[in-house]
Amino acid sequence: MIRTLETCRAQVRRCSLCGNLDATDPCAICSDGSRDGASLCVVEEVEDLWAVERAGFFRGRYHVLGGRLSALDGIGPDELRIGEMLARVQAEGVQEVVLGLGATVEGQTTAHYLAERLQGLGVAVTGFGRGVPVGGELNFLDEGTLAAAYRARRPFA
Amino acid sequence: MIASASAPAAADAFSHPPACAARRLQLTGFRNLADRRLDLPSGPVVLYGDNGAGKTNLLEAVSMLAPGRGLRRARAAEQACNGGTGGWAIHAHMEGPDGPHTIATGLEPGQERRRFRLDGRDVAAREELPGIIGVIWLTPAEDRLFQDPPAERRRFLDRLIATDDPAYAGLTSRYERRLRERSTVLRSGRPDAVWLDALEAGLAADAVAIAAVRAERVQSLDRVVAAAGGPFPAVRLALAGELEALLEDRPALDVEEAVAARLQASREVDREAGGASIGPHRSDLVAIDAETGTAAARCSTGRQKALLVAIVLGEIARKRQAGSLVPILLLDEATAHLDEPRRQALFDRITGLPGQTWLTGTDHAPFAPLRDQAAFLHLHRGDLADHV
Ligand SMILES: [Zn+2]
Repeated sequence: MIRTLETCRAQVRRCSLCGNLDATDPCAICSDGSRDGASLCVVEEVEDLWAVERAGFFRGRYHVLGGRLSALDGIGPDELRIGEMLARVQAEGVQEVVLGLGATVEGQTTAHYLAERLQGLGVAVTGFGRGVPVGGELNFLDEGTLAAAYRARRPFA
Repeated sequence: MIASASAPAAADAFSHPPACAARRLQLTGFRNLADRRLDLPSGPVVLYGDNGAGKTNLLEAVSMLAPGRGLRRARAAEQACNGGTGGWAIHAHMEGPDGPHTIATGLEPGQERRRFRLDGRDVAAREELPGIIGVIWLTPAEDRLFQDPPAERRRFLDRLIATDDPAYAGLTSRYERRLRERSTVLRSGRPDAVWLDALEAGLAADAVAIAAVRAERVQSLDRVVAAAGGPFPAVRLALAGELEALLEDRPALDVEEAVAARLQASREVDREAGGASIGPHRSDLVAIDAETGTAAARCSTGRQKALLVAIVLGEIARKRQAGSLVPILLLDEATAHLDEPRRQALFDRITGLPGQTWLTGTDHAPFAPLRDQAAFLHLHRGDLADHV
């Protein structure tokens, strides 16, 4: 049993493109040619990616930041995979970046930060719409709420 | 015609105003009161005894039933009784606006934050308790409210708002968190300008939202207390501050942009001085004695106390008119500075209130007019006895 778990852990790797955890690098989502490369959903953690993926409405690709800006916790832009995100947007022909960040102070600050960094790159930047409660973390939301918030996504001001 | 048609409806609303009262209190390990149980009426409670007997401790225990730090603004760990485990608990059977509830709060030994339970389940108190319980108070600490720094008056006003606006406490704590984030970024080695832009955009939006809630509340309270007649003086209330001045002649969205621009321009100054150059954390609540036109801070001690009582009674009247929950009112030594006609008027107002009012004093004699309406409790070195 313990051996099996260890084998599992050894086999799980982080996708060097999106930051997902999977048995392969690039992960199954990144190597799936039927996914829409024009649409990139940016999330804080892998759990958020899984939550959106479970809901099944999103057919594009993902980018996992590995957290969110929080000065009080010592997490700045350099601690997150923001440079990688900007590089992918330019290299992969992304047309819309969907910011799927939590409705917390830190999540919203991060969304605002990314929107400003994406300015001038010729991509549409949208945020999840109404339905994500204030203070809400994405991965605690049910699938219906997530899908509704995605459909109601708005250009990020 | 409209007025006469709506009069009976208004009277109905008044006959069943939403109110709350603590009917049974069970204290465990709290201050010098340690462990005890109290059964209480839904109306006025007079608590009397020598200084140091623990009257304020008991009022503080009641204030802890609502979210916040209570009437002493103490840390939870300071509230444990000496020689105990370091933990404490308060359990209350409440009469709420919609029927009975139990509210429990307490600190587990070794923890820093107290927890809340409503009807046996864990709750986020700030979101779920407003509307079920509210507590407002006047203690000798507020005697100098008009001379104190503006922060004290803001806290006083924010407390009045938060007792019946569940979103407000969340809004102010979000704003404070953004302020702390910005200060931390400003003081880091090389502040990231885009990060600061993002924080300042959020700060500006919250700043305008807080100022709007406060302005609305102060205006409606001003209408009530400016019209007050009888022994309590009429008061005029207003908010003062740079943010408030901006909001007076510009739409909210413009002000949001102006605040964000001001914050961006003051990064250097704010990094050196701490805080932020503009925002609701710099506003002030201004009170003026309407009869004389004198600023409250310049009135005599007795007059200031009368103005304060007028404001608190006015806020309760405003809450009743608005159909909001009438909170439990704690008046610690509040009658000491009041003359006889005002004391009597205060008693009249209290007995007419739908909610529970607690009054304290060293002696029971001044409360004699309440003999038939109030429960009298005698507190002696933390021990309680019913008045006989
Ligand atoms: Zn991947």
